[in-house]
Amino acid sequence: MADIGIGGHQPGFGSTVRTDSWKRGPVLTFLGLSAFIVYATWAAFQGAHYYVGPYLSPFYSPVLFVEPSALGAAPVEHAWLGAWPAWWPAFLPHSPSFFILIFPGAFRLTCYYYRKAYYRSFATTPPGCAVGPRAQKKYHGETRLLLFQNLHRYALYFAIIFVFILYYDAFLAFSYHGVPGLGVGTLVLLVNATLLACYTFGCHSFRHLVGGRLDCFSCNAACGVQHGIWKKATFLNERHMPFAWLSLCWVGFTDLYIRLISMGLLTDLNTWEGF
Amino acid sequence: MDDPSEIQTFEHDVLVIGAGGAGLRAAIECAKLGYDTGLVCKSLLGKAHTVMAEGGMAAAMGNMDERDNWKIHFRDTMRGGKFLNQWRMAELHARQAPDRVRELEEWGAVFDRTETGLIHQRNFGGHRYPRLAHVGDRTGLELIRTLQDHAVHQDNITVHMECKVVDLVKDGDRVSGAVAVWRDWGRFVNFKAKAVILATGGGGRAWSVTSNSWEYSGDGYAMAYAAGAELMDIEFTQFHPTGMVWPPSVKGILVTEGVRGDGGILKNSEGERFMFNYIPERFASETADSEEEANRWLAGDKAARRPPELLTRDVVAKAIRAEVEAGRGSPHGGAFLDIASRVPAEEIKRKLPSMYHQFKELAQVDITQQPMEVGPTLHYFMGGIRVDHDSQETAVPGLFACGECAAGMHGANRLGGNSLSDLLVFGRLAGVGADAYIKAQTGAPVFDQVQADAALKRTTDILNREEGTNPFLLHEELQEIMQEHVGIVREKAELEAGIEKLQALKLAVEKVKAAGASQYNAGWHEAIDLSSLVITAEAAARAALLREESRGAHTRLDFEDEREEWGQVNIVVGKDGAGEMSVRKEQRPEPPTELSGIARASLEDLEGSTDG
Amino acid sequence: MAERHFKVWRGDAGGGQFEEYEVEVEDGMVVLDALHRIQAHQANDLAIRWNCKAGKCGSCSMEINGKPKLACMNRLSDYPEDFTIVVQPIKAFPLIKDLVTDVAWNYEQNKRIEPFTPRPRGADGEHRMMQDDIERVQEFRKCIECFLCQDVCHVLRDQDRKDAFAGPRFMIRAASLDMHPLDTADRIPALKEELGVGMCNITKCCTEVCPEHIKITDNGIIPLKERVVSRYYDPLMILLRKLKGLFGGT
Repeated sequence: MADIGIGGHQPGFGSTVRTDSWKRGPVLTFLGLSAFIVYATWAAFQGAHYYVGPYLSPFYSPVLFVEPSALGAAPVEHAWLGAWPAWWPAFLPHSPSFFILIFPGAFRLTCYYYRKAYYRSFATTPPGCAVGPRAQKKYHGETRLLLFQNLHRYALYFAIIFVFILYYDAFLAFSYHGVPGLGVGTLVLLVNATLLACYTFGCHSFRHLVGGRLDCFSCNAACGVQHGIWKKATFLNERHMPFAWLSLCWVGFTDLYIRLISMGLLTDLNTWEGF
Repeated sequence: MDDPSEIQTFEHDVLVIGAGGAGLRAAIECAKLGYDTGLVCKSLLGKAHTVMAEGGMAAAMGNMDERDNWKIHFRDTMRGGKFLNQWRMAELHARQAPDRVRELEEWGAVFDRTETGLIHQRNFGGHRYPRLAHVGDRTGLELIRTLQDHAVHQDNITVHMECKVVDLVKDGDRVSGAVAVWRDWGRFVNFKAKAVILATGGGGRAWSVTSNSWEYSGDGYAMAYAAGAELMDIEFTQFHPTGMVWPPSVKGILVTEGVRGDGGILKNSEGERFMFNYIPERFASETADSEEEANRWLAGDKAARRPPELLTRDVVAKAIRAEVEAGRGSPHGGAFLDIASRVPAEEIKRKLPSMYHQFKELAQVDITQQPMEVGPTLHYFMGGIRVDHDSQETAVPGLFACGECAAGMHGANRLGGNSLSDLLVFGRLAGVGADAYIKAQTGAPVFDQVQADAALKRTTDILNREEGTNPFLLHEELQEIMQEHVGIVREKAELEAGIEKLQALKLAVEKVKAAGASQYNAGWHEAIDLSSLVITAEAAARAALLREESRGAHTRLDFEDEREEWGQVNIVVGKDGAGEMSVRKEQRPEPPTELSGIARASLEDLEGSTDG
Repeated sequence: MAERHFKVWRGDAGGGQFEEYEVEVEDGMVVLDALHRIQAHQANDLAIRWNCKAGKCGSCSMEINGKPKLACMNRLSDYPEDFTIVVQPIKAFPLIKDLVTDVAWNYEQNKRIEPFTPRPRGADGEHRMMQDDIERVQEFRKCIECFLCQDVCHVLRDQDRKDAFAGPRFMIRAASLDMHPLDTADRIPALKEELGVGMCNITKCCTEVCPEHIKITDNGIIPLKERVVSRYYDPLMILLRKLKGLFGGT
């Protein structure tokens, strides 16, 4: 211990006296997020196999344009704006997913939980508590380049719209060609919308907007109502991290499930006896 | 930094020694009156023992029961103190406490609220009505933090943290300042001041089972005594009935009376709720005599009488001790305090969060499921430095005392919740007293460097001598002597033997040696504190020997009952002409007729009284 | 009685080293008890800061096996018997000696926060607040000022930005005032500028080490960040306020 620092603290990236397995958290986060990003990017580039029976992959909902030639694409009448536009540059993939993923992507990117997760596991500022962070010339936190994080609430507004859209998709999945019924895929979509709702309505910005911004909850009746909503948002907010992960995994799983059925690699159990 | 041996000097109008509730409140008052105020504390600001106060601060605000008023609070205080309190102080306290609580709220304290948005008040031992303004069970923290935050924003308060005052300096009769040493860097510092306010707390560290932290070494008692002031009622040392008894390392740590106030009951090893067997005559008419009635009271029946667990602390502490003596104690020598079977788990966690936390983490006991094991622990000095009722001035001109280190307010036994309000009421009054004193003075006092140097030499000798005893071991020895000889029950032979042992210990303390340098040296400070502790211990032991009766917190096996003639006297300890400790009885003055009438009136006469 | 092995940092700002101690321990002991034994029997001048021994005063903050903790609340039974317990002073503040650091900087931060400024009392001379209104504030007021959050916060600990950030403890202090139902002062500009709420990158280590289990980040810092956003970064809110000002709305 020749070059020991004052107090026995060593400077430098990753240095710590901790003997517990502090690396596990950031490594798992790194792997988990990376895996999702890789899968989501791949799935988004496919532009195909996102629709089967009454099920629409959440990666592709709502469908703005449809490229009818793609395998497993939604029917053109399902698209809000019809067939794929001619002006779309050929070198860009014809995938309706690109219009969609930027919104939930922005929501999760600026989410207070994910910020913690990737500041630790990707940016390593710091990688763990009482562990030396990556060296940088001067730390500015979220005051300069990262100021955009402050627009999280705008991403939230879109995310709330998506919650309704995804519930609508789940609702549509209760009927196939006019025949009411349900399948495993219906439940998968329903769970997906619910997990996303729990994640979205537990958002710190949401909690602020619905009541957290007030200093007095009992000062009038309107404040009282807001306090009630705030309390429910707080309940979800305390579970923001599990809902962030559950909803993330489930949305990926939902896309994969629909993709596999569309590709014929998996059969959906349902009341319609096949699609 | 410059030459480390150089002595720093600060000049203040008022120097306040001790930054617990009383010291902070005194400093704030001085600052508001326009004085440049120095506030010295041995620890960091905000760590004083006040943070450990749990239950609440008593003030007859009447938020929970409109029948309450200052007269009933006064009556409760006098009865709790076995009529040995200074009448005027108990009156001032009862009258002013509500304003002090509101003032604290004005400064940002966030007390628990009633349904109508007022300050919620809880029940406590000896208080007729729910009277303790509180914040869960961490009221002391709220109080000290509020005062601290208020004080740091006063421009004319300078806080000197981790600074230990070793002696007072006088100019003739009057005080002119103090000598201190910085704990961190070990340098000495002179404080010149026109008035000095002592708010140094008690001396619980002289006992081995105590709820007090290391700071409670009786510094104020020793300094005031050395400067020529007197100590009074110092034989009354309160043993709080419920301290933790296990594990050994936390033995003595406080379990708030709020547990009993919120429904907790005491049981012995046979499962018997034994407090019904220990109701003293004086309180029999106001205490429930059946579990059924006690339960009705808890449920809010105003006609029911209070459960016996809420009798005054001396009564409960002695009852627990008697049960243990009779072989009905808990496995680690205490009694069972059970709230788990009485109150739903969620409510316990909400009302007593820090107790829940404390037992869970320190004793691995879940108090929502299991009973706690508790036993008496030395908690508080009712006695202390004798002060003038109104001005808080000691016998030394310019030297004031307030809070636990001052005597008079609590008599022979303090009611729970009266200490936090005491700190605020008398902290403020000490500031007012200092103001009057300074205004009446002509010419600033002279700071005598010769006295300061003598104190400095005495202190540094501990480091410089070649050899001597380990201060930590001497301290342990002192604690064992006090625990054994001046404990919860006392008798002549034991006390005499204890005093003899203390004489021998005193000689050893004079030759104590601390190893190492002066910088943040725990051993050195332990050694410095020892001299204060020994004076405190000796005064308590001698006064206890003289008082031949049992009253309040002072229990003599050889004189079992309260005696009328002893109710007429206070015991005063001072330094005689030869520099030896003298202990004498002093006749109490006749009580003011009005106050005496209130103290002895029936409750019905006082309820709803609004005059005065 | 069993023996436990300790490595304790001894030294001052000039340098030092870990010293090894064997300590006799008993059931139920915490790290602070073991340090006191070392102090009483093996190293009288070992510097430790402590007071209440019950997790209520926040004095005995140190780093135990690399984690910022209160020594009085860390039981020896949390570690395997043959485990060496390493004790160090906290890192974020200048070392005085052994396990004691100079935390005066923290007290300076408190002075920079505008004090409580209550609205006038009601006609009956009382302040009325409902329990629901104060629960958020009461959580923050549980703070015992142990400064473990300040120690673990990388902005203060590693990034050397004490010039730009007052630290989690004082975010909580500011939050306890800003969310106080009676308070009328505006601390949002100070939070954005001098106190530096934007320096926090919400990595939540402060919350992890808080011995009072205050949710510093979720309940304190993030709500403050949101309040700053409403004032300074939300274009809609800014526009609304401008319009309100223009048309003289209240």
